Amino acid sequence: MTPEEVVVAIKDIIQTIAPDEEVDGLDMNERLRDQIELDSMDFLDIVMELRKLYGVQVPEEDYKELGTLQGCVDYLGPKLADKELHCASRA
Amino acid sequence: MTHSDEIPRPRGERDVRYFKGSTDGKRPLTKDPLEGAASAYDLVVIGSGLGGLTAANVLGRAGHGVALLEQHYNFGGLATWFRRKGGHTFDISLHGFPIGMKKTCRKYWTQEIADSIEQLDGVRFDNPQFSFETEFTRVDFTNKLVDVFGLERAKVEAFYDELRRMDFFDPTTETTGELLERCFPGRNDVHRLLMEPISYANGSTLDDPAISYGIVFSNFMSKGVYTFSGGTDTLIKKMKAELVANGVEIFNSVLVDKIVIEESPMGERRVAGVEALGRFIAAKAVVSNANVLTTVHKLVGAAHFDPDFVAKAGKVRLNTSSCQVYMGVRDGAELPWVTDLLFTSTRPTFTSESLCDFHGESRTFSFYYPKTRPQGRPRYSVVSSTNARWEDWAELDQAAYDAAKDKLAADTLACLEGYVPGVGGLIDHVEVATPRTFAFYTEHPTGTSFGTKFEGLEVSTQLPDEIGGLFHAGSVGIIMSGWLGAANYGAICANKVDAWLYSLAEVSA
Ligand SMILES: Cc1cc2nc3c(=O)[nH]c(=O)nc-3n(C[C@H](O)[C@H](O)[C@H](O)COP(=O)(O)OP(=O)(O)OC[C@H]3O[C@@H](n4cnc5c(N)ncnc54)[C@H](O)[C@@H]3O)c2cc1C
Repeated sequence: MTPEEVVVAIKDIIQTIAPDEEVDGLDMNERLRDQIELDSMDFLDIVMELRKLYGVQVPEEDYKELGTLQGCVDYLGPKLADKELHCASRA
Repeated sequence: MTHSDEIPRPRGERDVRYFKGSTDGKRPLTKDPLEGAASAYDLVVIGSGLGGLTAANVLGRAGHGVALLEQHYNFGGLATWFRRKGGHTFDISLHGFPIGMKKTCRKYWTQEIADSIEQLDGVRFDNPQFSFETEFTRVDFTNKLVDVFGLERAKVEAFYDELRRMDFFDPTTETTGELLERCFPGRNDVHRLLMEPISYANGSTLDDPAISYGIVFSNFMSKGVYTFSGGTDTLIKKMKAELVANGVEIFNSVLVDKIVIEESPMGERRVAGVEALGRFIAAKAVVSNANVLTTVHKLVGAAHFDPDFVAKAGKVRLNTSSCQVYMGVRDGAELPWVTDLLFTSTRPTFTSESLCDFHGESRTFSFYYPKTRPQGRPRYSVVSSTNARWEDWAELDQAAYDAAKDKLAADTLACLEGYVPGVGGLIDHVEVATPRTFAFYTEHPTGTSFGTKFEGLEVSTQLPDEIGGLFHAGSVGIIMSGWLGAANYGAICANKVDAWLYSLAEVSA
């Protein structure tokens, strides 16, 4: 996955968890929680989806790395480099 | 429930095995409750309260092999109901929950379940300090505190904002009582408004930490009170169907006796499975929805934990229990509209402990109108609830116990008469549940209605560090109780179990 695809992957997961939120225009550097309604339970769901779809384990102490889309790219990019993008919401 | 919480009496049929449930507390087992069960699963869930059910559903949906074992014949734990002659159906814990339940049901259950969640039309307070109807929203409480109680708007807004900002990971040592006194000094009436619904909702008192109060308050007293349209029976039926659709194997009437632990030569402890009905079922992970202390002391056993951990668990205080009076309106009769949820008390001032008083002066009434079960015949019922202490009820002999229950029923009916004159003539079924009843049906020590006090949460979350693959999901720590808290805790637990099973698969791959 390229960094652009990581963003697609994350937005796709968010879309399945929060179907009423608009994910297309999300800013890369602003906190996700400040742009759309995501609570701490939603972040857990994102982590669980990452494990299910891509076999990526995010330990609890690293959850904070997923606060922004840029953070997701930086943290998940290397872990997802050799994975294929699947889109759960369109599956 | 009345006749069922006494010691089961054998009825002459020697070889018939009974289990709890049904109108007389026992039902003959006609077949092996574990019929069709496999000898091994990825995960066994013990208990089908909303915590256990939600964990099982999330993990079944994620593709793990899950078995759910429940000792009662019904699933749902305290999210339950019972039927009585005359077409009565009574709900135990459907008084109301926060709007967050809608999202939780959509995410961890189905859109259809979420869509049946509806806001109550009326919530009312009536006590010597104040009496009014409220929307139970931040806006309405703020207006009441300004217009009725004469507080400054800015102070009320600041209180709401401070509670929203409270950080679970950075708690202070302040108690709820200290918080309320700091924000609204000397205003027992204000404390009553802000605390009474929370005490009823989770058994907490003014001595419990401000943080647990702040979290629950922010979720609960902000956007109204919600209910499940269709009744608890419909909810649990839908949940069962969803579990089955997700491949979870569900078994009722199965009391788990033991969680089996194995120790590696290196001294690492891990779950091996469970023992139930004389059978061993292997599992890579076990989620206990039984009380956390039952899990440590009874299901696992202290010997399998570090002594420090056992000492820590030994300090965990159980939460209080409940009494309820179920009053069924006879078929064909109608109740006039009062409200949905009524917090009533004749006590001049407020203390949270007094809500537990044996024959106290405070109770909540839930009025159930035909809208509760729009699918059925139009029926009405009223359920009164109070918090209660096990100690007040545990030692009574049968005669004293029956007399105490009769008094509770009579006091409750007299109180209800004040709101619905002539109600006695409309009601044809009255029944009482006490802490003994709740203990009997759930296996929870001292009949605890809401798990443990705050310190129980740490013990619950540390179980997997003590024993690999052992998890707890169920009412604990005040904040993880109630329908929403228990269901969310089930989902939090599911994420941990999923990570554990994933790491086991990686090791063996
Ligand atoms: C009177 C009353 C009124 C309430 N009203 C409300 C309300 O209006 N709104 C709200 O949100 N909450 C309410 N609650 C609280 C709410 O019902 C509970 O917090 C919640 O349902 C608890 O879920 P749980 O997952 O902790 O498990 P529980 O519901 O406690 O269930 C645990 C399950 O485990 C089973 N079990 C235990 N041991 C074993 C074993 N060894 N083997 C097999 N099975 C076992 C039990 O039989 C039970 O089914 C109320 C509670 C009470 C008592």
